[in-house]
Amino acid sequence: MPERSNKPIFMVVGCTLFASAAQVLMKMGTGHAMPKVDLAHLATLIDFAFAFIGNVPLVCGFALHGCNALLLIFALKSGELSILWPIYALSYVWVALLSAYFFGDSINGWKIGGIALIILGVALLGRASQRDGFKPESAEA
Amino acid sequence: MTGTPISSMLMVLGASVIGSFAAVCLKMGAAHLNHGLHRIFNLQLALGIFLFLASSIPFLIAIKHGELSVLYPMVSFSYVLTLFWSKLFFKEPITGGKIGAIAVILCGLVCIGLGAK
Repeated sequence: MPERSNKPIFMVVGCTLFASAAQVLMKMGTGHAMPKVDLAHLATLIDFAFAFIGNVPLVCGFALHGCNALLLIFALKSGELSILWPIYALSYVWVALLSAYFFGDSINGWKIGGIALIILGVALLGRASQRDGFKPESAEA
Repeated sequence: MTGTPISSMLMVLGASVIGSFAAVCLKMGAAHLNHGLHRIFNLQLALGIFLFLASSIPFLIAIKHGELSVLYPMVSFSYVLTLFWSKLFFKEPITGGKIGAIAVILCGLVCIGLGAK
């Protein structure tokens, strides 16, 4: 029986914060010029590896993605996967907001509407988890 | 919507498939933690994390060349797949509430994608 708690849900919300920060860092990282990889020449692979390690935002992005995975594991320990996984969409909300701040991307009506819908969807998942999680007789309480 | 190569779309869909399998592996692996924290080193978790990180690579390449308004909504393919895998592997029920919530999230992704010009 899965635990009847919203804790895993909030942990996944925490994951989305890590994930969006990671994504912003990775985007900054892709701005760095990277050498082309030619599989026929191993030396180009080594060049790429060094350029990758030297690409601090990209490495930090991957590291944050790692933290995110660790938190995600503990979140998934209890709770339903079909509830917890789609909560991940919240990261698009944070990315939209972070991109507006860091990259000067515009915040427009579409984005505000999209952010509202995703938050609504996640709230609905929270509700669905309570409905499915509780036994019918205790759901009334 | 002409600016998005099919290859980018396929890469995002591929990333979604990999991501959904990552979810299943992570969930299976996380169950080991109920037998003690030292069980964190197990094959399912290792595979889950590998797939989880690997799924970001095609996604990263795809969004460099395609329009986000097309590619973002495709990410929700991963949520739909996970709904089925959860039923198949963990006997989690597919309920109207979950389908509705994923549909609302899909609409939200469409909107954010449209706004990301």
